[in-house]
Amino acid sequence: MTIFSSKWSKVAVFSLSACPLLLLAWRGLRQDLGANPIEFITHATGDWTLRFLLITLSITPLRKLLNQPALVRFRRMLGLFAFFYGTLHLITYAWLDKFFDFADVWKDIVKRPFITAGFAGFVLMVPLAVTSTASWIRRLGGRRWRLLHRLIYACAVAGVVHYYWLVKSDVRMPLLYAGALVLLLLYRFGGWVGFSYPMWRRL
Amino acid sequence: MIIRRSPGIPYSQVTPKNVYLNRRRFLAGGAAALGMAAGIAPAAVKLNATVKSPFSTSEKQNSYQDVTHYNNFYEFGTSKDQPAKLASTLRTSPWTISIEGEVSKPRVFDVDAVMRMAPLEERIYRLRCVEAWSIVVPWIGFSLSTLLKQVEPTSKAKFVAFESLYDPKQMPAGKYAGIPLPYQEGLRLDEAMHPLALLCVGLYGEVLPNQNGAPVRLVVPWKYGFKSIKSIVKIRFTEKQPPATWNLSAPSEYGFYSNVNPEVDHPRWSQAKERRLGEFGKRNTLKFNGYGDQVASLYSGLDLRKSF
Repeated sequence: MTIFSSKWSKVAVFSLSACPLLLLAWRGLRQDLGANPIEFITHATGDWTLRFLLITLSITPLRKLLNQPALVRFRRMLGLFAFFYGTLHLITYAWLDKFFDFADVWKDIVKRPFITAGFAGFVLMVPLAVTSTASWIRRLGGRRWRLLHRLIYACAVAGVVHYYWLVKSDVRMPLLYAGALVLLLLYRFGGWVGFSYPMWRRL
Repeated sequence: MIIRRSPGIPYSQVTPKNVYLNRRRFLAGGAAALGMAAGIAPAAVKLNATVKSPFSTSEKQNSYQDVTHYNNFYEFGTSKDQPAKLASTLRTSPWTISIEGEVSKPRVFDVDAVMRMAPLEERIYRLRCVEAWSIVVPWIGFSLSTLLKQVEPTSKAKFVAFESLYDPKQMPAGKYAGIPLPYQEGLRLDEAMHPLALLCVGLYGEVLPNQNGAPVRLVVPWKYGFKSIKSIVKIRFTEKQPPATWNLSAPSEYGFYSNVNPEVDHPRWSQAKERRLGEFGKRNTLKFNGYGDQVASLYSGLDLRKSF
């Protein structure tokens, strides 16, 4: 029994995960989103999508490294928050940037690589969100379900590429996300090829 | 019992150490300039722009707050809110502009002399950023041609190159800009001599705030904002087309001309529309940013898709 297996921990993680949205709403109400509020909202929701994807991906390494298997209880919720912020991000774009001109949205998706990447990342999140329930895990069977949910790696890669291609010249932030993602992927890659580090064997 | 914490003095009211140490000089004169150098918000120096320009638009102006807190000035950080926070380290006095190259009378002008060179005009221009947002700003200055004529360009002069200050000590964020610095821009001679091309020293009735390109910048309203180079220290007349920073860094995305053109997209986004800061909906972008009547003739015979 650790703090991570307590009943209230999920409530705490949920509340924390909702904070970025509440903060955004609060700043919006106070008209504190800068000179270009729509850009601010677009960037904030995009940032948090990427952050939640990476947080979700770090659950498994953290469980093992910290020897806290109970952390897995938060994984689904964190992944769904990534999807939630991603949805807000897409709505912001389709509504406030394109005013639901779907022909124009489609033109962007086809024509602009950074939007293609971002949209692909979102589309790949949809089946993961849909099959996130216990009944879908049963229906698919654990093995197939796990295989399907490896799509999150593609989502995260698409998200980072989307960000990198968007930036005009200062690529420090996208590279930071890319670096974090590479570490998280290397961790899995090491596991998949059966390579085990001495430190991990202890766990 | 309620224990209240003392409200204290807000940081903005604390006299910076170097101002305190130089307080005699501070009092002696140049208070505003020194204050700016020290990073405290000085009472802005008012400019008397008595001439109202016929080039001004009657569109609603953006707020001073928006114009001075949403800036692209990569020497002071690559996010829009950074220049307002970081540009206080810019020393705008003394400041000289050296004009050289294909001219009969190369000269170094003190910026104070430049400001007295011609009556200051207020010109309310639209500014369209290549990132598809726009603002309306009451700039202060006079036509760039007034300055350029002083050095008597020779017949070899076909282009005018501009260079911004780049001092890593004053602009420590510059090393992360991701673009080569010092910032360079260029215009064709006839563009530079066009009366709309503004040599700008102020906005909203006062001298330029540092983050807006103090003490002297260009405003070329029919071109994307990045052509309107800030904090100019050098002007050079050339025979060949000079390098321009964004054009060097991504030639497929930023052309030398960079005239506002809704028909030619940036490879990564459409230029057909723009968001005027402060507005919810988007406006259609106008060719030459709405200044086509004045400037379109400069480009007759030029394929604007190729020479974007």
